Amino acid sequence: MNTKFAVDASTSIPRSSFWRSLPYSKKLAPYILVSPFIISFLIFFAYPVINTVIMSFQEILPGQVKYVGTENYENLTNRQFYRAMYNSAVYTVLTLLVLIPVPLIFAVLLNSKAMRFTNFFRSTLFIPALTSVVVAGTIFRLIFGELPGSLMNEFLSLFNVAPANFKQSAPLAMFIMVILATWRWIGINIIYFLSGLQNIPHELYESAEIDGANAMDKFLKITLPLLKPVTIYVLTISIYGGFAMFTESYMLFAGNNSPKDIGLTIVGYIYKSGIQKNELGFGSAIGITLLGIVLIINVIQLKFFGLFRKED
Amino acid sequence: MAIQTKWKPSTILLIILFAIVSIIILFPLYAITLASLKPSTEIMRQGLNVRFDSHLFSMNNFVSVFEHPYYIRWYANSLLIAAIFTASSIILSAVVGYALAIYEFKGRNIIFVLVLVTLMLPTEIIILPLFKLMISFKMINTYWAVILPFVVAPLPIFFFRQYVTGLPKDFIDAGRIDGCTELGIFARIFVPLMLPAFGAMAILQAIGSWNNFLWPLIVLRANEKFTIPIGISTLLTPYGNNFDVLIAGSLVAILPLLILYIFFQRYFISGLTVGGVKG
Repeated sequence: MNTKFAVDASTSIPRSSFWRSLPYSKKLAPYILVSPFIISFLIFFAYPVINTVIMSFQEILPGQVKYVGTENYENLTNRQFYRAMYNSAVYTVLTLLVLIPVPLIFAVLLNSKAMRFTNFFRSTLFIPALTSVVVAGTIFRLIFGELPGSLMNEFLSLFNVAPANFKQSAPLAMFIMVILATWRWIGINIIYFLSGLQNIPHELYESAEIDGANAMDKFLKITLPLLKPVTIYVLTISIYGGFAMFTESYMLFAGNNSPKDIGLTIVGYIYKSGIQKNELGFGSAIGITLLGIVLIINVIQLKFFGLFRKED
Repeated sequence: MAIQTKWKPSTILLIILFAIVSIIILFPLYAITLASLKPSTEIMRQGLNVRFDSHLFSMNNFVSVFEHPYYIRWYANSLLIAAIFTASSIILSAVVGYALAIYEFKGRNIIFVLVLVTLMLPTEIIILPLFKLMISFKMINTYWAVILPFVVAPLPIFFFRQYVTGLPKDFIDAGRIDGCTELGIFARIFVPLMLPAFGAMAILQAIGSWNNFLWPLIVLRANEKFTIPIGISTLLTPYGNNFDVLIAGSLVAILPLLILYIFFQRYFISGLTVGGVKG
């Protein structure tokens, strides 16, 4: 392969000057073109990853760094850390339970032959995705405000439910964060599933009909199996989004502090330790734990689904 | 042709179902729009409600937004950062993705794997070492700190690579014979073919930049440097002051993306659903 390129380069361009032939070099061009990625990868990814591993064994004070062995990791065994892990895990599982089946069913309905105005509804349901978590969080914070006249409390009063202070209760706060995520993501996930559905050949359904399959058979035996790649993709980004959650909680509690840490997430804990308390070493140990979780999820996924098997 | 199609009952049921779902989905935006027209003291005392008290309506909150000492500045900062970030990000990522798709070269597979690795690890893991790096670069409180670490983005690289892989390669040799430089082949032959991909990625990166929160929150420290999301979040305190700017300002913050969405809906949908369908 390489010799072919070398011959090409030397025959088509006279070797009068290196600089003149440089723009025509098929050998060098790819390296010049990928250099932005290599530089960015080394400085802003590889170095920080290595550095965070090192930092997690250090105590970093201004002007003075000392190695503390595994002390940062030992300090992880505290109530706040468990709470952060618990919140992130519960949030991730709940968002998965809502944000995969519901958009899937909506997409199937939108894609059904009987449906009209599919594009109109698809566009409408997508609008919340345009709002930032900050803006959406502001809105939901007000809807679930603690005043009796706030929207949700007023709604509950129709059913004679006493006004609630949503931000004082762990399950209710979690509920609001999941609702917020659902609101922002439902339209995007519907589009994922819709594009997956539109890639399923019609002939499959037609021949299934000839064989006497009913709507349920077709859904279970054709639609669901063929949506597997899209579902895995949505699953993946939802898991990452779940464990990386921070802003939803930050907005709901107007800052990174919540009563009894009911809104603390893993990333929130990294921010609290590393940035707010300036304990970069301990914060890095939390970051490494998150890295570990993500790697485990990756391995499980590659084992069960072979996510990028088709790629190479 | 204009024969009236008769809708089946299932069609009517489906339309009613989605009409209800759409109303529920749009309801929070309706509520905040209504609130933005009412005096903020009303919201503070009574909470957010959807009573249509048209006698209370005014544009005062929007006036407060424009009179706020920093809001316009935050808006300008966000626009500037989004413009620079989006433009440089799509150009750099397109170049990398193009090279990965077109050329056979030593190390190509390794680089592609590295792209996937950066794609698969949440950046939240490295915010602390990145923060330390920004301190040593003396970039804290600058727009460079917001833009530089993420400007060469793995997702657009991946997308451009997939996109270019699907394009015809016949022109490349023709271009070389005609004396085009390698960069010329990219710029003159492929960029025009890649325009839909550029559109989708521009939207993806613009939304990402406009709505970005955690990283700017860490590296921007001064009020006059804040972006819109950071600025709005500072208005939200547990004591609930500044409700007028908070509510009307939140609404104004959605506008640029909403306007873009109306005109470039196609790119929003393809940009935000990268990877859903391959090829």
